[in-house]
Amino acid sequence: MQPLNKRPESLVDMPMHYCPGCGHGIIHRLVAEAMDELNIRTRTIGVAPVGCAVFADSYFNCDMIQGPHGRGPAEATGIKRAKPDTIVFSYQGDGDLASIGMAEIVHAAIRSENITVIFVNNAIYGMTGGQMAPTTLIGQKATTCVEGRTAKQAGYPIKMCELLATVEGARYLERTSVHTAPGVLKTKAAIKKAFQNQIDCKGFSMVEVLSMCPTNWGTRLDNPSEATTYVNDSMMKVFPLGVYKQEA
Amino acid sequence: MAEKILMKGNEALAEGAVRAGCRFFAGYPITPQNEVPEYMSWRMSQVGGAFVQSESEVSAINMIYGAAATGVRCMTSSSSPGMSLKQEGMSYCAGADLPLLVANVMRGGPGLGNIAGAQGDYWQATRGGGHGDYRTFVMAPNGVNEMANFPHKCYEVAYKYRLPSMILADGIIGQMMEPVEFTAPETDPKKLPEPSWALGINTGREKRIVKSYDLREGCLEKMVLERIKRYRQIEQNEVIYEEKMMEDAEIAIVAYGTSARVSVAGMKLARENGLKAGLLRPITLWPFPRARIAELSKRVKKFLVVEMSMGQMVEDVQLSLNGRAEVHLLAKPGAGVPTADELYKTLENIVKKGAKEYAAAK
Repeated sequence: MQPLNKRPESLVDMPMHYCPGCGHGIIHRLVAEAMDELNIRTRTIGVAPVGCAVFADSYFNCDMIQGPHGRGPAEATGIKRAKPDTIVFSYQGDGDLASIGMAEIVHAAIRSENITVIFVNNAIYGMTGGQMAPTTLIGQKATTCVEGRTAKQAGYPIKMCELLATVEGARYLERTSVHTAPGVLKTKAAIKKAFQNQIDCKGFSMVEVLSMCPTNWGTRLDNPSEATTYVNDSMMKVFPLGVYKQEA
Repeated sequence: MAEKILMKGNEALAEGAVRAGCRFFAGYPITPQNEVPEYMSWRMSQVGGAFVQSESEVSAINMIYGAAATGVRCMTSSSSPGMSLKQEGMSYCAGADLPLLVANVMRGGPGLGNIAGAQGDYWQATRGGGHGDYRTFVMAPNGVNEMANFPHKCYEVAYKYRLPSMILADGIIGQMMEPVEFTAPETDPKKLPEPSWALGINTGREKRIVKSYDLREGCLEKMVLERIKRYRQIEQNEVIYEEKMMEDAEIAIVAYGTSARVSVAGMKLARENGLKAGLLRPITLWPFPRARIAELSKRVKKFLVVEMSMGQMVEDVQLSLNGRAEVHLLAKPGAGVPTADELYKTLENIVKKGAKEYAAAK
């Protein structure tokens, strides 16, 4: 008997702390499956962010480091330059990567660091309790914009794939989502490609994954489809899915 | 005997770090330390290491955080305003027990200040600098030769006790040229054992985690207390200082770095005029030579602290003496440098005219 599916070896068998309906658990599994399938677990070093995914250092079954908010691409740079034989990924949320860590992500792309970035965009600060993120949509409510984000007061949501596509050093940029089964499969393929690029020494790769945050969006926890509908009907209009950069 | 070479302080520091096994450098331009990254940019590739000119000081220290976690000897350097930016990363490195070398070639402050040598970052260097309970092993060179040879000791202590180490120089020492002998042993990084905590290829072992946090109740407290035990050992074992003419001194000058160089000249002038001054030069600023200063107070009842800052190191001398001797201060802010004449006159005022103590004069 062959098992049809099993826990990836690259994922530690332990309960995760994520809320019901959150996308992080799915994305963790996809990263782990990609590491298993590419047979890179024993030479991979992951960088965990500050934010909801801070405990990713426990969940991934490879060497891990957890550092300051937004600095993941700088840590990943130091690791990769010091140990070029390793495979290095930085796992970051939208507050981490697109707000406090904007300089680090842009310059890692400019240098075309040979690293893989997994960027989880749920348009809100999760860990701190639902504050407005740089990716929060116009009109979206958050605890620091209770009537909804306005452009007049807080400007516009930042589109990281579009921004980084203007950077010559960015080699592969794709935006996917995990709100549907086909989306999950596409995300898996994108993450695998982002790791394969690093194995092939192609330079900077980033996958932006649109994800759900029912807890802080105020969508119903007992009806997860409310959150997936929000991704589909609202987020994807501002953050269109697709490949933004792909170099041969 | 090692060969004598004429070198600039900053370049000697960089070469000293390379000889001590440094194989990764990240830094950002700021005067007066620019020769360090400039030198490293070509020297790293010569020795098979890596160099990155980072987008900011914040990024540089975080590249070091990542590189240090792999066990590779690494270094960043900066000057005062840049060191302020590095403090977040310094706190994380201390919290994750990572060994590394950071050099601060101090300039006048606060704010943008100026680009001349100063000693205004003493508190930042010796009190941790960033958030949380931590210390950094701090060495203060008094010239180019010590710039060249201190990196070896910094890495040795940093790896033995697992904490960041710092060379606290100033713009004068960074920019001056002097003959240098590289006397510290040369380290081949390939021959160093892989640390038990280093991240890397994890075939056949458990995964390793480098982190500075623990949210479980009581666990962070334990983690910090374990670190403090190592700090106590450093205070016991790693204090370094130098004394000149202390045997018969009736007044002890306490000064480090450039201030100590001026103090030697001032002390000689005093001796020529029949005033018995001696010098205690702390070489490690943390750990501070507290015990030695306390011991000296049995015999010496007057201390004069000379610093290019407005009363920072003087507090460590006061703590060491705990009221057992008079403490005086000759202070110069904003990159001012005391002169030998000024120092002699200050000594004369204290010894012959009974000038008021620092604490009383405030």
